[in-house]
Amino acid sequence: MRSRSRSEAAIFCRDLHKQYRGRSGTVDAVNGLDLEVRRGECFGLLGPNGAGKTTTIEIFEGLLDPTTGSVEVLGMQWGQDDNPLRQRIGISLQETRFIERLTVRETLVLFRSFYKSGNDPDHVVAAVGLAEKSRSWVGKLSGGQRQRLAVACALVGNPDLLFLDEPTTGLDPQSRRQLWEIIRKLRNEGRTTVLTTHYMDEAERLCDRVAIVDRGKVIALGSPSELIATLGGEHVVEIALANRHRIPEAELADLPAVKEVGSDAGGIFLTVTEPHITIPALLDRLRSRNLDLARLTTRNASLEDVFVHLTGRRLRDDEILSA
Amino acid sequence: MTKYYPLKELLRVRLLEFIREPETIFWVYGFPLLLAIGLGIAFRNGAEEQLFVDVQQHETAEGIAAALGRIPGLNVEIHPSSECQVRLRSGRVSLIVIPGHPCTFLFDPTRPESAQARQRVNDILQRAAGRVDPVATVDQFVTEPGARYIDFLIPGLIGLNLLGSGMWGVGYATVDMRVRKLLKRLAATPMRRINFLWSMIGARLVFMIPELVVILGAGSLLFGVPVRGSLISVFILALIGAVAFAGLGLLIASRAQRVETVSGLMNLIQLPMWLFSGIFFAPERFPAILQPLVQALPLTQLNYALRAVILEGADLVSQLGRIGFLALWCGFTIFFALRWFRWN
Repeated sequence: MRSRSRSEAAIFCRDLHKQYRGRSGTVDAVNGLDLEVRRGECFGLLGPNGAGKTTTIEIFEGLLDPTTGSVEVLGMQWGQDDNPLRQRIGISLQETRFIERLTVRETLVLFRSFYKSGNDPDHVVAAVGLAEKSRSWVGKLSGGQRQRLAVACALVGNPDLLFLDEPTTGLDPQSRRQLWEIIRKLRNEGRTTVLTTHYMDEAERLCDRVAIVDRGKVIALGSPSELIATLGGEHVVEIALANRHRIPEAELADLPAVKEVGSDAGGIFLTVTEPHITIPALLDRLRSRNLDLARLTTRNASLEDVFVHLTGRRLRDDEILSA
Repeated sequence: MTKYYPLKELLRVRLLEFIREPETIFWVYGFPLLLAIGLGIAFRNGAEEQLFVDVQQHETAEGIAAALGRIPGLNVEIHPSSECQVRLRSGRVSLIVIPGHPCTFLFDPTRPESAQARQRVNDILQRAAGRVDPVATVDQFVTEPGARYIDFLIPGLIGLNLLGSGMWGVGYATVDMRVRKLLKRLAATPMRRINFLWSMIGARLVFMIPELVVILGAGSLLFGVPVRGSLISVFILALIGAVAFAGLGLLIASRAQRVETVSGLMNLIQLPMWLFSGIFFAPERFPAILQPLVQALPLTQLNYALRAVILEGADLVSQLGRIGFLALWCGFTIFFALRWFRWN
């Protein structure tokens, strides 16, 4: 595993563990996590709530100490090179409520003052699209604008490495797209970005590589397209039967071009390579069993399907499989 | 290229945040001013204290009531027994006179105005019945500035305000920032952490100046409270007090995770000082067994020193013992606050 030179990596961690003492014994928030983030890439930690994403990123940020395991950030180590490290990283926490009665610009000037070198606060304000709000109080900003301010505070020290913990959680679609634009621009400037998210579309659009995290471990790693390719098919056909009829999954697995069959409360889904071959055969099969279709949809396979394939669960808590 | 100074920026942010919050300005400057004015008026010299006395219905009640009613400051009414009892219990009157042989005074001796009413009513009745006081006496009232209650009160209010704004301005504000995860965010920057703590204490020192001016100014302009020592000495004492209480606020805030926790802690810490430290009355009124505690409270020593300088014109050298004690408090609180402080 150590063949690659460590100093080339922006982040290099091995066998990371973090235990919390909870009311019901110890909880392993991070449980043997290995990771390597390359310089210049946008790297995503994707996983459901409680997977250990935030704990992991806060260990990388030097805000938490790991219980055991080694971490190198930009070739340096927390506990030895704290100040030089802090000079070179920028952080947006999952939730920070900045001082309400300061203006956007005043907030950025404050953060700028902590860094030996960095960006002009006015430039950063413009870069995140808050130029018009520069003299507004933070308390008057919308959720999306606050989140952009958080990113601006992360950028004002001109960091080589940027950490964004759930940058778009809770935002409306338009605000999310604005933030995605900003993050893409940062990547094009050659900065290394590590972000956590539980939105698969966000990871697919923004990240060069994604680590899927579940229960404190990396369960899959690669570019979004590589990960989707592991499913064997790039399309998903979802069906639901009329009158709540069910058909055993095994009876669909032998249909042409089908790679995998799964089901959840909403119906049955088939991972397929060529939907135009599978669908006619599927319809014939159902007709021969005297079963009527209530719904049939096709879509491209996503990281969500990868997660379901690996864990049998969905990424979002609110969509738990009934299995 | 612009040069940035983190301590200056941190301090500037604290000041901006403060002056943009009108309600804080009221609590820090308006409240003590109103308190001083209210208490100053309530205890102003020359005002006759009003006492309320009931005479229980009886054949001689009219005569007694007439004799008492002629005396200024006494308000007398005649009522049946049951009604008198109710009025006494509800605090509307301080004393019931029950005519007869002997004439009975019914009152609660722990209520100062009741004891006073008993004394006055007794004197009036005795003299009306022919008592002659063998020793000639004359009352002379103290109205000289510097010896009145308001003079005693103003230095105490300065101390009270330094305590309160140190606790709230530093303790509450720090925990609020922790709750907002702003402390965590700051800890994630290369900011030198000690600078943050200095900015909190520094901001307190800046806000202390108008606090001092408002209370001393109001005392002087409205009530003629003298400042007999040097203003510089008063300022230096207030400065040391402000740092001691800012340190105490920081210590209390060093670990608290919720604003409710820190509010409770602050009240707990302030309560003995409100009671014992000589804000409204002299700490010597507490029994000897409590004195070690009373004297060990920082506000007690600060109030002694403020009164010595403001009312007696003492210089700082004579107050060195108290200053040293307060400096110890500063060192102790800041040392442990730094040790225990949590950013997460």
